[in-house]
Amino acid sequence: MTDAKTTPPSTNATPILELRDATTVFGHGADATVANDRVSLVIPESPPSLVSIVGESGSGKTTAARTLLGLQQPTGGQALWRGQDIYKLDGKGRTAFRRDVQAVFQDPYGIFNPFYKVDRVFDIIMKRFGIGSGKADRRELIEEALRAVSLRPHDVLGRYPHQLSGGERQRVMLARAWMIKPRVIIADEAISMLDVAVRAIVMNILLDFREQLGISTIFITHDLSAAHYLGGDMLVMRRGKVVERGEVDQILQRPTHAYTRLLLESIPSPDPDSRWATSADDLARLEQDAGVAAT
Amino acid sequence: MATHTPTEATGSGVIPVSDPARREPVLTIEDLDVHFPANDGSVARVVDRLRLTVNRNEIIGIAGESGSGKTTLVEAILGISRFPNRRLNGRVLFETRTRGQVDLATISARQMRRLRLEEIAYIPQGSMNSLNPVLRVGDQIADGMIDHGVPAGQARGRVPELLERVGLEARVARLFPHELSGGMKQRVIIAIAIAMSPSLIVADEPTTALDVNVQRRILETLARLRDEMQVAIMLVSHDMAVHAQLVDRVGIMYAGQIVETGEVREAVKRPMHPYTAGLMQAIPSIDRPRARMEGIRGATPSPRNWPEGCRFHDRCPRAMPVCRTIPPLLAEPVAGRREGVTGPVDVIAGRQVACHLYPESTPPEARSDGSGRPAATTEAAR
Repeated sequence: MTDAKTTPPSTNATPILELRDATTVFGHGADATVANDRVSLVIPESPPSLVSIVGESGSGKTTAARTLLGLQQPTGGQALWRGQDIYKLDGKGRTAFRRDVQAVFQDPYGIFNPFYKVDRVFDIIMKRFGIGSGKADRRELIEEALRAVSLRPHDVLGRYPHQLSGGERQRVMLARAWMIKPRVIIADEAISMLDVAVRAIVMNILLDFREQLGISTIFITHDLSAAHYLGGDMLVMRRGKVVERGEVDQILQRPTHAYTRLLLESIPSPDPDSRWATSADDLARLEQDAGVAAT
Repeated sequence: MATHTPTEATGSGVIPVSDPARREPVLTIEDLDVHFPANDGSVARVVDRLRLTVNRNEIIGIAGESGSGKTTLVEAILGISRFPNRRLNGRVLFETRTRGQVDLATISARQMRRLRLEEIAYIPQGSMNSLNPVLRVGDQIADGMIDHGVPAGQARGRVPELLERVGLEARVARLFPHELSGGMKQRVIIAIAIAMSPSLIVADEPTTALDVNVQRRILETLARLRDEMQVAIMLVSHDMAVHAQLVDRVGIMYAGQIVETGEVREAVKRPMHPYTAGLMQAIPSIDRPRARMEGIRGATPSPRNWPEGCRFHDRCPRAMPVCRTIPPLLAEPVAGRREGVTGPVDVIAGRQVACHLYPESTPPEARSDGSGRPAATTEAAR
């Protein structure tokens, strides 16, 4: 097993984003929950990377994402942006950090104010980051951003959030990110509320962003097959710890941790010819090795 | 009325497939409409002219995206709806154990109440989180039976056996819901569902909120119960991979209708409807080499305004002029293909598809191919 405690080797250049043994404990004493236990992760300056953090509910993957986004100060270890502690940035630093690191969340409803038209999402960030000059230029930029996520501007602009489908709302969030041109997008279960027909579209946008704009993605998911589709690197988390890390393909071919093997054995395959094959006994043994209660 | 069909596990793998030769319907849905009129005069036709058969002792999967009408269909079968102005048309024929065939769409609320749990059990989406937090699990399992006239002592006496059937220890009866894991809670819900040996269990997304290893265990439990108790299970799930693993037959829902149905292996590996093909193509799988997927363009239409003709035509990569105007019928493609259409030639019995690519789906009066082919012999076209 890869030792999750050691900090992965860093390149010469300062990484854009880094977790160094980040530990987050909620509560105190007997009630304490260790949500993140010495989690380390590096997003280098270049080349643009793709890292999936895979784990079940309660594994700590969202806490790791929130720590990287500057939303959850770790109780131990460090969260660094270009070598600086994210939680000690001044106002200017925070604005620059926000420009570099953007988020796409599970439920894109939460981001939209239901009383305002979708356009406002763009107005706010253009104002905040001083994007565009003049009304016509801004409109042009908005339309360009929407086309970058394969939305037709007239389908979206002038509408209210509830008039859009989940897939459209999620793509508006990606268009917003496109406009800011961040270096890293942290997508926390960004496809789990979407229908399969549009999941591929959203994942493809993230792949395009990386290839065409050099944007790195940290993709938080409970879905191993989505991580497989995106490729790149993967961290498998369990009970706050990184239990396995490496290239997605390598982990899927040769999982070393019992928990990863259990996940692989449990994923339903869309191919009815590869129905679950492990015997109940083998599965029970895997569950035992992985420390999962057989329920 | 027939008694339960004895079964043997056929097929290979952990989850066996029920024997197609021994199928007889337990539920037959004929041209079901579930419409919701709105104040502005528009009508949301959430389920519209839907046809489906559920056979004894089979697991049938209902697949479809959000908004396709899956849950509304289920609520119509179970006779539950929160909307008082719901308009129901068509027939939902259910084979009862003692009173022959009844139409669930027209029977009284009292009759329906009696059938529920006794003959048709329902596992609603998210129901594992609706267990009463202040009652012991055993009492909640006995509760339904008592309500249906089983003496309290006898009902409580059955609880240990029911818990064991769903893979829980008898001692779990003394626990409260907060002491159980998600998987255990879902098992308790299943124990409630099987308490009175129903002949049909309708389960709406029973594993969606569970971790994958727990999901696998729960689905295997359902498959085992199907064999042990000879119960038909209608499994509603948006997850095609779950259907591929578990069900015998699958029905694909789109825009309030079943657009394709058949043996799961056939339907999944050789989809005939372009929508099914698109869905299967859009599912990432670790078993497949990495290749760019396209998804399905466009968005699910609104039930207030289904497209004319085939409801999928504006998203369909193979749409033809006829698709824009004539609604295709759910029919068994018998033989022959339209000019220039490639696809599976041999069709396994029981496969039905609603798509103009297959001539049988085009209503006879609208056919223009002049082939002189006899009218399709399927139910839908009759």
